[in-house]
Amino acid sequence: MALLELEKVDAYYGHIQALRGISITVEKGEIVTLIGSNGAGKTTTLRTISGIVRPRAGSVTLDGRDLARVPANRIVSLGIAHSPEGRRIFPRMSVKENLEMGAYARGAVDLTEDFDRVFGLFPRLKERITQVAGTLSGGEQQMLAIGRALMARPTLLLLDEPSMGLAPVLVELVFETIKDINRLGMSILLVEQNALMALTVAKRGYVLQTGSIVLADSAEELAKNEMVRKAYLGEE
Amino acid sequence: MKILGRLPVPRLPDMSDADQKRAAIFLGALAFAIAYPFIEGMFGLRLQTKLIPVLLFIVLALGLNVVVGFAGLLDLGYAAFFAIGAYTVAFMTSSESPFAFTDTSPMNFWLAMIVAAIVAGIFGVLLGAPTLRLRGDYLAIVTLGFGEIVPLVIRNAHEVTKGTQGMKPIGFPELPFVKWGFATEPWYFLVLGILLLSIFLTSRLQRSRIGRAWMAIREDEVAASSIGINPVTTKLFAFSLGASFSGFAGSVWASYLQVISPDQFQFSVSIFVLLMIVIGGMGNIPGVIVGGLILGGFDRVLTDAISGALRTLGSTFDIAFLREADISRARTLIYGTALVALMLVRPEGILPSARRKMELHAAEEDEGEAAQQRETLFESQR
Repeated sequence: MALLELEKVDAYYGHIQALRGISITVEKGEIVTLIGSNGAGKTTTLRTISGIVRPRAGSVTLDGRDLARVPANRIVSLGIAHSPEGRRIFPRMSVKENLEMGAYARGAVDLTEDFDRVFGLFPRLKERITQVAGTLSGGEQQMLAIGRALMARPTLLLLDEPSMGLAPVLVELVFETIKDINRLGMSILLVEQNALMALTVAKRGYVLQTGSIVLADSAEELAKNEMVRKAYLGEE
Repeated sequence: MKILGRLPVPRLPDMSDADQKRAAIFLGALAFAIAYPFIEGMFGLRLQTKLIPVLLFIVLALGLNVVVGFAGLLDLGYAAFFAIGAYTVAFMTSSESPFAFTDTSPMNFWLAMIVAAIVAGIFGVLLGAPTLRLRGDYLAIVTLGFGEIVPLVIRNAHEVTKGTQGMKPIGFPELPFVKWGFATEPWYFLVLGILLLSIFLTSRLQRSRIGRAWMAIREDEVAASSIGINPVTTKLFAFSLGASFSGFAGSVWASYLQVISPDQFQFSVSIFVLLMIVIGGMGNIPGVIVGGLILGGFDRVLTDAISGALRTLGSTFDIAFLREADISRARTLIYGTALVALMLVRPEGILPSARRKMELHAAEEDEGEAAQQRETLFESQR
């Protein structure tokens, strides 16, 4: 059984349909990517999984458990952590406080191990531990957003545009880290506009267009696909 | 209770220097407050009766600070809960109560006080549950309305509340060896004790898990929700806890005054308490206390003193309009001017929390930095 399964999900913003019959699976230990242009429904898909947007039709299940009636704040405890688009760190809290907030759903537990893990992945955050998060650079804020999501000890990590607005060197660093996190045993659903990078780290991928899935294949095959190369990899 | 169980215990050994300094100031102020009734005679002062309401209004401000300062919810109807607490105690202990049991055996005040806090908290939940799903200004509008409705209902439900005539007498907070009559010392110490309890509770709350959740919601509600905080219940808890504080203070207020009527709980009371917080420093407990002391002190002590001085001046130099000077009539004008001045000079309040200060000055700093960058750019181009 797949870890995460979306079946024929429809989602709306008011009257506007954002997702049309989306079916996606993520297996344990996989990195799966959703690629597509602006407005294709990538972010909406993640928001539907984490309970911020409710599907109007279809089902979302985690380990066979239906998430339709679970409120967003409980979904974290079930093992899905969402690193949202635009990072959304708490700008007036310190790096340490931000990370502590990431473990909020777990209650009062010892976080030493989790801090070690996050600082192992992002040594830069350790140097900035007392700094106020709003004064970090864009790349550091992205690291913090991912680190905060990891503090919840998720089985599935949802990453929304982790490379957005970052310098090319940092983009590579972020993708390296995504692989490292995956090696720690976490499944990852990655939304990216940087299709090339996404397809190099992912095992499988889906291509979204105006709310529907138009292609689903292994990352290798997608990277070879002519349509993908033209539309998303910028080849003539 | 579950939340209180999670409150962290104080850890004295790793107090920082700043903490120690704060503790020292607090203990000094406390010692002075305790000694005050015994030493005021030495300075020829008789301010105890005036200080009691000031201290009680600081309790109110501390409760409202949980709602406005910690959770960032603008509550403009805070006096309504104050009224609900006061009338609950009257219903439980007064011989004029609509309940028959008070004729023969009125409820013990301490019990009635707890009932008042609970009833006010329940009203907080009833008002908050449907409205806290709304964001921002809508809550302010709803609470504003509620603050108007409650005194109106009290005024018009004459059979139950005795309307404008007011309810009296109200039970005393009976204690062994204490005689409640015209002596002010017992009241002073009772209210001081309640104030200390409020300081303790609110500062523990601020540092607790739920305090962090309030802070997260204030900063970014969507992000807070994505890390597992339920925004509605967390805000509702802050709102009804604040209401409960107000009801608790209302019960003591009722007993202190011995007669309560609807005009004691007007909109201006809500604004007065909110002003204490804004002027003192929103979200910062010492700031709220300072704001309360300044505004309360001005309202209860200084207006009389200044008016008296002006009148003496008037009769000495025979200036007609000064002879009848009464500053208290210009109170709202003075508060308004003070608030505008403060917002211009120091929008974070007199004694702000570090965080709030940052929030308000972040834009300024960015601007300064940008200006500096422009300058360097300009230099390099030359």
